[in-house]
Amino acid sequence: MREAVAVFRKQILDTRKNRAVLIQFIMFPIMTIVMNSAIKVDDMPEFFYLKLFSIMYMAMAPIVSMSSIISEEKEKGTLRALMMSNVRPASYLAGVGVYDFQCCLIGTMLMSKTCGLDDGPWWRYLCVIMLGLVISIVLGASIGVLAKDQMAATSLAVPVMCLFTFLPMMAQFNDTIAKVAKFFYTQQLYLALEDINNVKIGTEGLIIIAANAIVILAFFVLAFRKEGLTNE
Amino acid sequence: MISVTGISKSFGDKKVLDGVSFSVEDGEIFGLLGPSGAGKTTLIRVLTGQLKFEEGSAMINGKEVRKLTGADKKKFGVMMDDFGLYERLTCYQNLKVFADIYGVGDEEIATVLREVKLEDAVKKEAKKLSKGMKERLRLARALLAKPKVLFLDEPTSGLDPQTSSEIHEIIRKRKDAGTIIFLTTHNMTEAEKLCDHLVLLNEGKIVERGVPKELCLRYDHQKRIELVTTNGETISLQMDRENAKKTSSQIAEFLKEGKLSTIHSKEPNLETVFMELTGRKLEV
Ligand SMILES: Nc1ncnc2c1ncn2[C@@H]1O[C@H](COP(=O)(O)OP(=O)(O)OP(=O)(O)O)[C@@H](O)[C@H]1O
Ligand SMILES: [Mg+2]
Repeated sequence: MREAVAVFRKQILDTRKNRAVLIQFIMFPIMTIVMNSAIKVDDMPEFFYLKLFSIMYMAMAPIVSMSSIISEEKEKGTLRALMMSNVRPASYLAGVGVYDFQCCLIGTMLMSKTCGLDDGPWWRYLCVIMLGLVISIVLGASIGVLAKDQMAATSLAVPVMCLFTFLPMMAQFNDTIAKVAKFFYTQQLYLALEDINNVKIGTEGLIIIAANAIVILAFFVLAFRKEGLTNE
Repeated sequence: MISVTGISKSFGDKKVLDGVSFSVEDGEIFGLLGPSGAGKTTLIRVLTGQLKFEEGSAMINGKEVRKLTGADKKKFGVMMDDFGLYERLTCYQNLKVFADIYGVGDEEIATVLREVKLEDAVKKEAKKLSKGMKERLRLARALLAKPKVLFLDEPTSGLDPQTSSEIHEIIRKRKDAGTIIFLTTHNMTEAEKLCDHLVLLNEGKIVERGVPKELCLRYDHQKRIELVTTNGETISLQMDRENAKKTSSQIAEFLKEGKLSTIHSKEPNLETVFMELTGRKLEV
């Protein structure tokens, strides 16, 4: 526990200076707030930007930041130093994961509250986003574990992130894509936000999301078994 | 105390350590001297439980290395060449992360920062430190847990002589406080100056061991001394029984005439010993 807290604190100290990660945390919240207040088109659906951007944020920010943080520590050998000091992989991942979750959650809260979501629907909206964040964090961690350095992490994270973020967006305009996109947790969560004042996930949605979670968790376990945390 | 018996370690079919045995007494500086690729880093990683090994056994302070627990490892100070720093964090913050893990407070951070003479750079980001300062910060991190055993993998490689001798000073002080120091180097001057005992490692095998001075004497086949006269002339004399009369009278002569400027024994250095044993150079 003490180890996880130390890792978490280290991340907090690093936030302000790590631009690559910081931008992931603040880009979408800022964009949402700006677009929502500046661009108003007639008969645009309610909370259009918030719905779209919170899903993109929920997928993109954790995948990029988690993979970047973990792979950087592998590359620089700080992770080796931590392991030598008896920080267990689980403590390390918990420290970084909780940190990432917290940052994204703050971002989500900011963007949804500034867009004027009422308290009632807000809680259900937050629950859906938090569920997505957890899955994305595990996915991002898998990439970080798999990659030997930051370069490798970026080249893995970008296609994965595009797949999960852009599919829901494109599914709106193309039925064929929608048929495929349906099987991604991001799309299901996007659909859950359809009526943002009354967020709900159907049975099919729940099954697909659970299946995604299981596959991603298995991917994480495989990545961890194969690479571990220390480039051995 | 560290005792190592018959350790072998392979990567694939490449044997990197081959039946290595030695022991290290409490409160001594023990050096592992060998050229690049000899297996020095591998041996440290084996001893600190970072790497599994096939044959042999090693005990550190009565504990079998294979059975080291996390809590045991915390009592080691380890500085490997690939243990990096948090570049964007300050010196203090870098140490704070590990102090939190070890459960030591700010006083201990202040103590080690003073010990490595980084107290003026407390608020400096690690990426803005010079190479020598970074090395000292990495050393400070290894010292933070008040280790009983300190493993240092090439602690001064690539540093200028000034910084190197500062680091030597820190190491000696820790030794005097009773810490076992196990260090690797491919620098023979460092090994000669710093180590109480050392082993020479080549291609995973120990080729020689002993006290640095004695080792050099053991390989002194020529037994020569060298005189430099006041007018700059260098004269080499034989130092054995047969030439005893001749040599001593020559020295006496120079002394009487007040012509003797310096007198040195010409035993080989560790580099020459290593060269003789392996046909290889220590440093490339
Ligand atoms: N993880 C590894 N996998 C395969 N081979 C390795 C691994 N680590 C080290 N080796 C090999 O083991 C041998 C010894 O390496 P080691 O790093 O212990 O040498 P060293 O004495 O520390 O050298 P240097 O002075 O360059 O640091 C080398 O031939 C190296 O290529
Ligand atoms: Mg080495």
